[in-house]
Amino acid sequence: MADVNAKGVLTAPIFHNNPIALQILGICSALAVTTSMSVSLVMALAVIFVTSFSNLFVSLIRNHIPSSIRIIVQMTIIASLVIVVDQILKAYAYEMSKQLSVFVGLIITNCIVMGRAEGFAMSNTPGMSFLDGIGNGLGYGFVLMVVGFFRELLGSGSIFGITILQTVQNGGWYVPNGLLLLPPSAFFIIGLLIWVMRAVNPEQVEENEFKMKENTKPKEAV
Amino acid sequence: MAQGNNSIKKVLIVAFALCIVCSVIVSTAAVALRPMQQLNQELDRKTNILNVAKLYEPGMDVEEVFSEEITARVVDLDTGEYSDEFDPDTYDSFEAARDPASGRTLSGDQDIAGLSRVENYATVYLIGGEDDPEQIVLPIRGQGLWGLMRGFLAVEGDGNTIVSITYYEHSETPGLGAEVNNPRWQAQWEGKKIYDEEGDLSPEIHLTKGGASDEYEVDALSGATLTSNGVTNMLQFWLSEEAFGPYLAKFRSGTEPEDAEETDTDFEDVEGA
Repeated sequence: MADVNAKGVLTAPIFHNNPIALQILGICSALAVTTSMSVSLVMALAVIFVTSFSNLFVSLIRNHIPSSIRIIVQMTIIASLVIVVDQILKAYAYEMSKQLSVFVGLIITNCIVMGRAEGFAMSNTPGMSFLDGIGNGLGYGFVLMVVGFFRELLGSGSIFGITILQTVQNGGWYVPNGLLLLPPSAFFIIGLLIWVMRAVNPEQVEENEFKMKENTKPKEAV
Repeated sequence: MAQGNNSIKKVLIVAFALCIVCSVIVSTAAVALRPMQQLNQELDRKTNILNVAKLYEPGMDVEEVFSEEITARVVDLDTGEYSDEFDPDTYDSFEAARDPASGRTLSGDQDIAGLSRVENYATVYLIGGEDDPEQIVLPIRGQGLWGLMRGFLAVEGDGNTIVSITYYEHSETPGLGAEVNNPRWQAQWEGKKIYDEEGDLSPEIHLTKGGASDEYEVDALSGATLTSNGVTNMLQFWLSEEAFGPYLAKFRSGTEPEDAEETDTDFEDVEGA
């Protein structure tokens, strides 16, 4: 990190250094929870909470963490925060926690949280780390909301549970696309999103690691 | 970073302190929020029961309506009589099925719903008075395509006409099997009959492809054959003599089930009936 300023730390992960679109982290939960927008929103809030506070606590004690057990220390902090989030959801948003089911618990294994704790919080001040956590959570949430928007609209004809396209099952005209309700469809949407983001910001395009050879003619191959 | 951080003493101190702090936070959250969570689960179950009985309206006071309208009783599945051995508010039939003392293992050909174990006593919910209920809500469960489906079936006071069916826990495919909770599909169940007129305990109700033609048939879910089979199987099981068959038979023949103490002496007659 060359320049660590509050605004940059907070906004860069949303478009310029998006954890899902550029770093390709946290794809698993992005596939699982994006069937509807309200679920995506709660998941995004949970991840923002966990990344920001785990970054804060890791950064607070970073000078006392023995490097030999640093990953375990980070995991313990992250896991504790995730359990607290899970308990709160079960108490105050029961319906939502039923829909999110195991995926709240799986935030523990979300690479974004771990990656920011190890990559940023271990070497930056608590305030900056906290903002970095919020920024990366927002970046994750942004992708989740975009994917959730297309999956819910085209898959069940609604946005936030409000019917936009009346589906055939409910007596309307719209034949919903069943594929969009299944996890693999999120791959297509995330793929298209990455394409769009890299078309807008060409500097995000990675260089080819391997150059393909031109097709050889049958004669040369012999 | 200071060299001292990696000494064994420091590693132990940090690890120990971290564990203490984290466990205090986690257990505080778990203990402080537990009453709230149990309340939510309870409310969810009651909402589902009201929903299947068509008494639920958004925004109403679930607790109040539930306590006014609904009486919970525990039924001995073997005899079909009410039992006062358990408190219906705390009896957990799912737990009871696993306990060797209060459940039994099903043999292969009995176990059409894929349960492997079933409880000896189950909780039923009566609407409109205990003696002559308007509706009886029965808990049902069984394997769908991806996992266990748990739900409620509401039956009219004649023990034969279906009011509605709902699933509060399932993991079926969204848009296909998960359409079990589509109100339009659920509406088809109203008025369907469970048993034919022969008076035996084998249920006739089933899902069928290509349009239901009589009162024992309901349209299967399109694109969800295995979920539909699961629904048929769990109804066939829970309404058979292995489960609620003997209990519902009492309503069909017009003799209401009586309290266990009063009927202790004539158990033999009841079983012979």
